[in-house]
Amino acid sequence: MSPTVAVVGASLAGLSAARALRDQSFDGRVVVIGDEAHAPYDRPPLSKEFLAGKASLDDVTLGTPDDEELGLEWRLGTTAVGLDRVSRSVLLSDGSEVRADGVVLATGARARRLPGTEGLAGVHVLRSLDDAVALREDLASARRLVVIGAGFIGAEVASTARTLGLEVTVVEAMPVPLAGPLGTEMGAVCAELHADHGTRLLTGTGVAGLVGTGRVEAVELTDGTRLPADVVVVGIGAIPNIEWLADSGVALGNGVLTDARGVTNIPGVVAVGDCAAAWSVSAERHVRIEHWTHALEQPATAVATLLGAEGAVPTSVPYFWSDQYGARIQFAGSRREDDVARVVEGSCADRSFLVVYEREGTPVAVLGMNQPRLFTRWRRQLRSAVPTPS
Amino acid sequence: MIPVCPTTELPPGEATRVEADEPIAVFNVDGDFYAIDDTCTHQDASLADGWLDGCSVECPLHASCFDLRTGKVSGPPAKTPVRTHRVVVQDGMVYVQPGITADGAA
Repeated sequence: MSPTVAVVGASLAGLSAARALRDQSFDGRVVVIGDEAHAPYDRPPLSKEFLAGKASLDDVTLGTPDDEELGLEWRLGTTAVGLDRVSRSVLLSDGSEVRADGVVLATGARARRLPGTEGLAGVHVLRSLDDAVALREDLASARRLVVIGAGFIGAEVASTARTLGLEVTVVEAMPVPLAGPLGTEMGAVCAELHADHGTRLLTGTGVAGLVGTGRVEAVELTDGTRLPADVVVVGIGAIPNIEWLADSGVALGNGVLTDARGVTNIPGVVAVGDCAAAWSVSAERHVRIEHWTHALEQPATAVATLLGAEGAVPTSVPYFWSDQYGARIQFAGSRREDDVARVVEGSCADRSFLVVYEREGTPVAVLGMNQPRLFTRWRRQLRSAVPTPS
Repeated sequence: MIPVCPTTELPPGEATRVEADEPIAVFNVDGDFYAIDDTCTHQDASLADGWLDGCSVECPLHASCFDLRTGKVSGPPAKTPVRTHRVVVQDGMVYVQPGITADGAA
């Protein structure tokens, strides 16, 4: 019987793992299990073009005609509910199981919800295609949107809603949005885009609760302010989908714990993408990365290890982007709190700049707004500067 | 033929954008010149601003990769290839012929 690899998760990381298996000459059975009914699709457009109605389902589909040649066995609309480490079987919600010689865990993450808002109409999160369709329908008849959380998702939804003509308020608990990824100084600069485009941004403000019976009517803040809302979007981060592995013996933390190559503590089981917390050589701890490019690139290393190759630890530089209010924000590198941000091109006031973060005089990260060409050069330079870990 | 620039202004590893009916990106890969549609088929971004790696260019925004020789997608999220255009170098000048593919088909 030909060997089988089960890929649990059918989004970018799962699809990339399946492609990598074939690319690395695995000719056995590849079973891809996905809890959503949809074929793999691209999530970044969901808060932008797709939400604005400018991109269709076809536009966001990830699969290409080449993928049809890969001979993948799809089990879509089926949730994995358990993993038997001894027989290396993936147990599925329909009662069946997939016995495999190798397993790729790629179950991703889900949007964190605001407790106590279940069942209240007009309250949305945005992670999946179905989320985006529901939000798009609700925005079509709405006038006032309140976004809770001024992270990238929140900012992109606010931006899209402004183009649709809505009145938008963004509420952020922290004093400065995006301080985590970009630092206080540059987080504040990027947050100015909201005011530039007529979005009201309230920072350092907690949400006490949502008001409404049946359907949301307002967001109540901790200072007592009530913000009337026809629609509320909650963008307060994501939680890795790992509960189904609780009894499997797979080591878990803030994600499936793996080494730098994506290998878990269970032989023949690797983890990739948003659900995985891989050991970071530079940070000296497990780090769960939710970046698109990470989900695209990392599976090739994990799959190589699964197939028995002793590949080098990848040395890619973390990269993410955000498109909001017509501005293109790009970031690459690994920033720490005490790194110094220096504008090397353009100016923050012009909303066109390149900022380099330096640690003891050495560039470690780069942030660009509307500077794709220069940003690309810096990103390349950072990549070539990354030392290869021994 | 559309004049692009003198060869000296487009050294190896560099790219430039040429305005045509549809903008065209011209690349110098170790002395060989390639031309493709400048606009990424995934979203509005200029491939001339992209990351050149061998005969592949990575879109500066979302990392789609295209093979400069064929225009084919070599990395997602793009699914549709870009068109290639013939490049002619004459008397130290680089020219493109829009509408004629790199392999000579009209």
